[in-house]
Amino acid sequence: MEQRGAYTPTPPPAWTPRTDPAPLLPDAEPYRVLGTPAAREADPELLRRLHTALVRGRRYNTQATALTKQGRLAVYPSSTGQEACEIGAAFALEERDWLFPSYRDTLAVIARGVDPVETLTLLRGDWHTGYDPYEHRVAPLSTPLATQLPHAVGLAHAARLKGDDVVALAMVGDGGTSEGDFHEALNFAAVWRSPVVFLVQNNGFAISVPLDKQTAAPSLAHKAVGYGMRGRLVDGNDALAVHEVLTEAVRHARAGGGPTLVEALTYRVEAHTNADDAGRYRAPTDGDAWRAHDPVALVEAELTARGLLDADTLEAVRADAETMAADLRARMNQDAPLDPMDLFAHVYAEPTPQLREQEAQLRAEIAAAAEDRPEGTPR
Amino acid sequence: MSTTVAAKPATMAQALGRALRDAMADDPAVHVMGEDVGTLGGVFRITDGLAAEFGDERCADTPLAEAGILGAAVGMAMYGLRPVVEMQFDAFAYPAFEQLVSHVARMRNRTRGAMPLPITVRVPYGGGIGGVEHHSDSSEAYYLATPGLHVVTPATVADAYGLLRAAIASDDPVVFLEPKRLYWSKADWNPDHPLSVEPIGRAVVRRTGRSATLLTYGPSVPVCLEAAEAATAEGWDLEVVDLRSLVPFDDETVCASVRRTGRAVVVHEAGGFGGPGGEIAARVTERCFHYLEAPVLRVAGFDIPYPPPMLERHHLPGVDRILDAVARLQWEADS
Ligand SMILES: Cc1ncc(C[n+]2csc(CCOP(=O)(O)OP(=O)(O)O)c2C)c(N)n1
Repeated sequence: MEQRGAYTPTPPPAWTPRTDPAPLLPDAEPYRVLGTPAAREADPELLRRLHTALVRGRRYNTQATALTKQGRLAVYPSSTGQEACEIGAAFALEERDWLFPSYRDTLAVIARGVDPVETLTLLRGDWHTGYDPYEHRVAPLSTPLATQLPHAVGLAHAARLKGDDVVALAMVGDGGTSEGDFHEALNFAAVWRSPVVFLVQNNGFAISVPLDKQTAAPSLAHKAVGYGMRGRLVDGNDALAVHEVLTEAVRHARAGGGPTLVEALTYRVEAHTNADDAGRYRAPTDGDAWRAHDPVALVEAELTARGLLDADTLEAVRADAETMAADLRARMNQDAPLDPMDLFAHVYAEPTPQLREQEAQLRAEIAAAAEDRPEGTPR
Repeated sequence: MSTTVAAKPATMAQALGRALRDAMADDPAVHVMGEDVGTLGGVFRITDGLAAEFGDERCADTPLAEAGILGAAVGMAMYGLRPVVEMQFDAFAYPAFEQLVSHVARMRNRTRGAMPLPITVRVPYGGGIGGVEHHSDSSEAYYLATPGLHVVTPATVADAYGLLRAAIASDDPVVFLEPKRLYWSKADWNPDHPLSVEPIGRAVVRRTGRSATLLTYGPSVPVCLEAAEAATAEGWDLEVVDLRSLVPFDDETVCASVRRTGRAVVVHEAGGFGGPGGEIAARVTERCFHYLEAPVLRVAGFDIPYPPPMLERHHLPGVDRILDAVARLQWEADS
């Protein structure tokens, strides 16, 4: 064998892992407050607000599901069981902050002040978004999974560049964490140190697929480590815990500390949507432990233990939720005002000549149809 | 005191860079972002000097993730900025496709006008530079099939400046296709006078003629002009229309030309099947049928993945292929 030239091996250059900011590893146990002595310290007013919103949220979910049965909604993805994630998180935001929700996050959207009817417009089918995103600083509900996460990063980045101390809260499901946009958003946010809080609602399933087929990570919160951001693990049925963890993450982001990834452990009580048959992928008793750990009951127990909730107050809270549901039902049962010309109104700032032609065509079709219709026939 | 600057040769790359610079100087909301656009000035040097002049936040090197870049640009636009995104090469824009199609193109529509996204996506496109795989695609058909996007492509140095300024000023998202092959093409150009901004949506007649119209855009414009010169030897007097904008489409200029000449050939590099030429030929036929002396023909790239560099000259529509098509316009009833 040919002799190689003399080569003196040298040791490789020293490698120092980056330790700042440290430590990044998530909590070993999901953070919990309700049912522990620490809950006694909680502000009674906050507990009451959480309770009212949770009860309303639960009622909104059952009402919206009922509306699908009446054909008023094409589909509804219920967040029953997950109300604490949605409300605990949204309540952690200031008015100037932004929310970037997924399709299941209507309760968080309502918690920002959006009219419940407007949150259902997308599902009713008369307008894709249903509300003006700037009014309450809520981005449109995103149907493609995880794609709204980079938007949250960009918005928070732009706000920081302009000198505004705005934080963006971006919500995603456990399934959504497998999407490329999730990784790209977290990486961008960490590199840019953007004031973003990512909230993963781990409800156990992506439609029918359980978490262990979605990821091999020890927890979804662990994913934060690889990007160089903090990961937090929280009991997603504990509204107070979610609120505390999110408030801290929002504060950290606002102070320039960069993004946080929060994983909230929860359970999707209903099927993926009313159109899904959960019986095909889980047994009726699956999730019983989670059902027993109900987010509404947890807050009620705490309020009761502290003497903050008597039968009359509880009745008043439930009556308020009923009123909300009745109002929702009544307004959703009105036919949506529809203008076919809306089809062309907002494709571009100025319609293209091609769209103007098509608009004229549709206008003529509608006029002709009106002429053909015998006197007195309903439209 | 005003100094007069004499016209001097400038490249399309310089004109594009100048357009970015002027847009950034005029409007602090304009932010340039992408891979290697900062210190390096972009792999084609279009963004050269911008980071030095405006800082590395207004001309920002991003992580290497096209969906992330465009997705972040969406959020930035939501907050009032005007992001100009550079996609390094045509085929590397594909990871950003979902953001483009699912959000960029339809956010105005989804929000009933409340949330327009003034984003410019610059995509160097097309072949002819000996690029390896994934560096030469003509991806325009994907973009023009997506409602909500403007799709623009310059063929001259002056248009590169004028159309890019218009794209950045537009309140709608614009896919700005830069013909790589023409980056180094030169024209006598006085960058200080005048700096004309070309409105999006207008085609232009680059060469007038009487016997047939070549409808083309981007990298194929110079090829068509060359073909038109060569065709004079055969007695053909060809008109060349540079479309400049695929969306919106200038039916008016195109149809006026075809009605005058009675014959038309659409020329582009992208594959013919499902390509822009099919749409253009159909539009022209629908609008000019009684003026046509022959079917509208297409000269396009083959329907193949972009070929390796040593074979690309066989794929790209060249002068001869265009002249062959022109010869076929001598339509006989029995042919
Ligand atoms: C990009 C994309 N792929 C597929 C779908 C179809 N889809 C809708 S919901 C869903 C499961 C999502 O699961 P997860 O992220 O855990 O959220 P959850 O529904 O549990 O709240 C799928 C696959 C989609 N909306 N977007």
